[in-house]
Amino acid sequence: MRKGSNPPSHGTLSPGGQRDSTLKIAIVDESPIRAAILEDGLREAGFMQVERIAETHNLLARIYAMDPDVILIDLESPSRDMLEQLFQMSRAVKRPVAMFVDQSDSASIQAAVDAGVSAYIVDGLKKERITSILDLCISRFNAFARLQGELDHAKGALEERKVIDRAKGVLMQAKKLTEEEAYALLRKTAMNEHKKIVEIAQAVLTAAELLK
Amino acid sequence: MSEAKLRIGYIPLVDAAALLIAVDQGFAAAENLDIELVREVSWSNVRDKLNIGLFDAADLLSPVAIASSLGIGHVRVPIIAPFNLGLNGNAITVSPRLFAALAGVADGDLADPKVSARALARVVAERKARGGEPLTFGMTFPFSNHNYQLRFWMAAGGIDPDEDVRLVVLPPPYMVESLASGHVDGFCVGAPWNSVAVDSGVDRILHFGCEIMARVSEKVLAVRDCWATENPDTLAALIRALARASVFVDDASNRAAVAAAVARRLDVEAELVVRTLTGNMKIAPDGTIRMNDRYIVIGRNGASRPDPVQAAWLYAQIVRWGQAPLSEELCATAQAVFRPDLYNAALGVTPSPGDGEPPDGIGAFVGPDFVPRDIGGHLAAWRLKRSERPRLSIVR
Repeated sequence: MRKGSNPPSHGTLSPGGQRDSTLKIAIVDESPIRAAILEDGLREAGFMQVERIAETHNLLARIYAMDPDVILIDLESPSRDMLEQLFQMSRAVKRPVAMFVDQSDSASIQAAVDAGVSAYIVDGLKKERITSILDLCISRFNAFARLQGELDHAKGALEERKVIDRAKGVLMQAKKLTEEEAYALLRKTAMNEHKKIVEIAQAVLTAAELLK
Repeated sequence: MSEAKLRIGYIPLVDAAALLIAVDQGFAAAENLDIELVREVSWSNVRDKLNIGLFDAADLLSPVAIASSLGIGHVRVPIIAPFNLGLNGNAITVSPRLFAALAGVADGDLADPKVSARALARVVAERKARGGEPLTFGMTFPFSNHNYQLRFWMAAGGIDPDEDVRLVVLPPPYMVESLASGHVDGFCVGAPWNSVAVDSGVDRILHFGCEIMARVSEKVLAVRDCWATENPDTLAALIRALARASVFVDDASNRAAVAAAVARRLDVEAELVVRTLTGNMKIAPDGTIRMNDRYIVIGRNGASRPDPVQAAWLYAQIVRWGQAPLSEELCATAQAVFRPDLYNAALGVTPSPGDGEPPDGIGAFVGPDFVPRDIGGHLAAWRLKRSERPRLSIVR
């Protein structure tokens, strides 16, 4: 398996065998950012024939047209069931099988499911050829989840700040306090009640709303 | 017994009601079970997470439990079904354009599936004659009653479901939109999606699943065979909790509470759930109601007890449509998936199906009575079938 940032000349067949760069990989993911991250990673690793499929209607038609060797799909996509229909077809297309067919590598299957990705590979494709793709996929999906988590956390922190600021405003007006005094009151109450400041602030806002 | 922690996967549909109520109304807690319900987006996910052990149990399409145990189209993982979560519950919905076309050529009342199947055959033939695109129908999974009910109905009218129309897998939440945008002309799906389509103001429910087959196992509680062997007490407790929850779901005096709890899990209006549970269905945008108390059957008429006759019927459909070959060995394996013995052992009772149930256990709207011992003979009665050339290999 070739790795690194030097992509081998794409589409060429080396004497005596197919190079991995020629593997056709379809990415089915409704998150365009994650799909782009994954595509970049695969290209960096030397896989040049990567196609993203974002829209779900006509999914099977698009997959037939592309005729991929590997299909990577987000486990949170309901479209996964559509792919199962591929196994039912008797047409002369390459027949993909779910990666779960080979249970010999249950650790990597588990890692993939935890990361939230599933792979379908063409029957007969050697497992070694898919391993690096799957590993890359898992690490990119995990990296994306981390980023998403950090973003959610940052958003949450911002929301908390807003709630506390509004509660301070309510207290300042109702009790004729300065901003520092209002904040000190929130903090003291939170400590006394073993709660977070934001929870007390939210309670103040709810009470203010009720008393309007 | 100490508290057992369980992770159970489900798809948000009304027929998961017994499982949802077992948790939300405390029947599971009363059995010392701490159940984490995991809402899933695809049947493939439910099956795979059950197979690799991420779930202890799952709400599963009955035919998937059989397919998984036979290893068709997928890795073979022995799955057992010690509890039946529901019978029936699906419906076939069509676009206004297809309904008008059917009404135009019907030789009787379209509420009769024999009439509608003949009408569909005429519409299909007309389209073919003028070189039109074949009609497309959505269903939820290759191994599903949705697939088999559509095929059974169409074939009764002389339509070859693999040649004359297109059947496509669509996730239930995409069904209504696909019908509106014209990507499909009709679909077969579980509740509440048919009602959602009718409420969208244009689509019509053509048939209830129970009009095609009066009694069919729709969803089971599925566990890995090895898990059942290792956790007999936990499994028995789970069966008891589900049995009590099912009786609770069936009791009309609990309807409002059940509908509210299920609706909350499904993010839909409680009224849609009530329609399904009572079988009092609005079938057309003009408000036409069709009533059938068999629309969905949970917790009554022996519905909760897994019935090997049902498993044999589902295996027969799998064979009829070329998903697996016919063999006595496979038929026996399929029937062994449904485990009334575990159900009986947990509950200590053997409820009989009750009056008004079909004598052959299925009650299909056409064809000979179903005889589980003679699936070959049963399939020979059908002109349209795919069993001569199975398309899927058995993965062992």
